[in-house]
Amino acid sequence: MCLIEQEIRSFIGENYLLAREDNLNNNDSFLEKGIFDSTGILELVSFVEHKYSVELEPDELVPENLDSIASLARFLQQKIAGQNAIPEMSLPAPSARSGL
Amino acid sequence: MNASPAVSPDILKIDAAAETERIAASIRDLVFNKLRRKGAVVGVSGGVDSAVVAFLCARALGPQRVLVLFTPEADSSPDSLRLGKMVAGSIGAPSVLENITPILQAAGCYERRDAAIRQVVPDYGPRHKCKMVLPDLLNGDRYPIYFMVVQSPNGETSQVRLTVEAYLGVLAATNLKQRTRKLVEYYYADLKHYAVAGTPNRLEYDQGFFVRYGDGAADLKPIAHLYKSQVYQLAAYLDVPPEVQSRVPTTDTYSLEQSQEEFYFSLPLEKMDLCLYGKNKGIAASELARMVGLPERQVERVYTLIDAKRKATRYLHMAPALVEQIPEV
Repeated sequence: MCLIEQEIRSFIGENYLLAREDNLNNNDSFLEKGIFDSTGILELVSFVEHKYSVELEPDELVPENLDSIASLARFLQQKIAGQNAIPEMSLPAPSARSGL
Repeated sequence: MNASPAVSPDILKIDAAAETERIAASIRDLVFNKLRRKGAVVGVSGGVDSAVVAFLCARALGPQRVLVLFTPEADSSPDSLRLGKMVAGSIGAPSVLENITPILQAAGCYERRDAAIRQVVPDYGPRHKCKMVLPDLLNGDRYPIYFMVVQSPNGETSQVRLTVEAYLGVLAATNLKQRTRKLVEYYYADLKHYAVAGTPNRLEYDQGFFVRYGDGAADLKPIAHLYKSQVYQLAAYLDVPPEVQSRVPTTDTYSLEQSQEEFYFSLPLEKMDLCLYGKNKGIAASELARMVGLPERQVERVYTLIDAKRKATRYLHMAPALVEQIPEV
């Protein structure tokens, strides 16, 4: 299990599975398992935005990105990788680099 | 391929005359025998649900044993009171107007709500207007996350995702409205030794679209078993004023016009009605999809959301929880 998955699982366990015996697998749908209500969904989004210093855009708030530990971790890995990548346009031209 | 009988367009059709008589008999029994009250208070909002309840109570108990209550506040549409008066006039029942704005002001309802909104819209002020919305499921499969739509004094509209704190702050403040309305309803119920008739339809009751101890509080709920389209059938049969029948269902809670669809159901009510029926009757998503006019995948998503809402709002239906049952009461 990757670190992000562990951290999400830990957040859910500490906040939503208190005194519950649900076994939550990484691919279980949060909606189908009834893990979150409307407040919980906002708390989850707030948690990942603060924890990983990302801002989720409205068109990213879809089940494919958010509805399981695995999908959320996958989405966050891509999002973080995208943020850390140096935009191609800002790279020095090969000729300039070669002149260093 | 033709739709099977189970999903024909008539699945929600009822015998309105027979259903009216059945409900009226039940109201009589509940109010006079079970609740031992002399009549019923009905909070009338100008919408079709409360109008149908008022008409049914008048038919069951006699119009003079029904008290129609109007409880507008600063954010209410003027149509609510106008249409409510039309309902009271149609059934010939006495009515009382109680503007609850001063109570809400004294409780800090508007100030607390505006302060919560300013957490996400810093320049929000008394001249702004707002409403809270969910994404529309017809425009794609979005996660049910609340946004605040704000209109500035010059008419510009923007939409901001709510933080947890802002969402809970707005909700806690605006729920004061439903709870204040109920407080006033029970004042009149005590004053006249009446019962309070609640007005939820089946969609609202099943999906928890009510405020605990607010509009969810009542002594009887005569149409809680009826799907919304069945409420419309009764409204037509009972001759509810046409303007009330054709009014778009609204929450009448926020200063911007807000439909129930955008606040809670994420789907037009007639489609939501059919999806709830389909879910309750075990109709496969693939079968229902053709009749509702939605892709199968979307019907499956609605089925999932119905269950999710049931789980999330189950506590709204619960009596206060006790550590130990008390068999004597």
